[in-house]
Amino acid sequence: MVLGKGASSSLSRKMVDGAEDMVSNCNDFTVLVVDDDPVIRKLHDMHLKKFGLSAQVVENGKTAVDLCHFGATFNLILMDKEMPIMDGVEATKELRAMGVNSLIVGVTSRDSQYETQAFMEAGLDFCFEKPLTADKISFILQELNKKN
Amino acid sequence: MDIVSQLQRQFIDYSASLHHEGFVDDQFTQLQKLQDENSPDFVVEVASLFFEDCEKLINNMARALEQQQGVDFKQVDASVHQLKGSSSSIGAVRVKNVCISFRSFCEAQNREGCLRCLQQVTHEYSLLKNKLQTLFRLEQQLLAAGGSIK
Repeated sequence: MVLGKGASSSLSRKMVDGAEDMVSNCNDFTVLVVDDDPVIRKLHDMHLKKFGLSAQVVENGKTAVDLCHFGATFNLILMDKEMPIMDGVEATKELRAMGVNSLIVGVTSRDSQYETQAFMEAGLDFCFEKPLTADKISFILQELNKKN
Repeated sequence: MDIVSQLQRQFIDYSASLHHEGFVDDQFTQLQKLQDENSPDFVVEVASLFFEDCEKLINNMARALEQQQGVDFKQVDASVHQLKGSSSSIGAVRVKNVCISFRSFCEAQNREGCLRCLQQVTHEYSLLKNKLQTLFRLEQQLLAAGGSIK
């Protein structure tokens, strides 16, 4: 699932300020959005589009784990915490156990410190409260550029 | 004042009133900013998804609270939690605030309190739906007349 080098993006998309510098790097990044809420999935997908990224979206942790198990690789995974079938904490643990070293960013609407800590301990790189904003995405992409 | 300016004024004023009356917050403005020529119906699409989601979640809560044998408050809370998340992401402040109280009643396993919150959340959702549908209508009129919302 990793895009080949030289894959082009549509530069006619309206880009957020300062994103132009990241575009040439962004074209090669693959993103997975894991969230059971269709509103959030659409919102995160749109935010990512603004940075020239298109994301694969799935509804729960199990689907995410299965995708990776069958060979899909992603540079970035946006992982919701509360999901049916398999939640974000469990999915993150499984992905790390499988050797997945994508940047995994937790996204949660619970603001209790204890919950965030447990989520981080499962293997997240960062954890943010919903909703993701352009600033947070910008930060995440900077970290992604550093990592790759 | 020509017709486009009038319609523009109407749209701006109505949009401002939604903020002043606390129906939506800055998060909604962020949504409007995300909309562009490649996704001209983005806000309407997100709002539609939200309303569908609301209806489904409200039905889940109602069914769970109706159980005479014993209410599964965890189940109610799960739906309220999801509604809180999506209302917060779309900027639906009043709906979100009811969800916050609703969760306290779930935690306290207070069925009466939960039922009151269910009524409130249903009411706020209907109000918001009307308000946003009006906003979208005003937007359509403005665009049809050759104006723009930016």
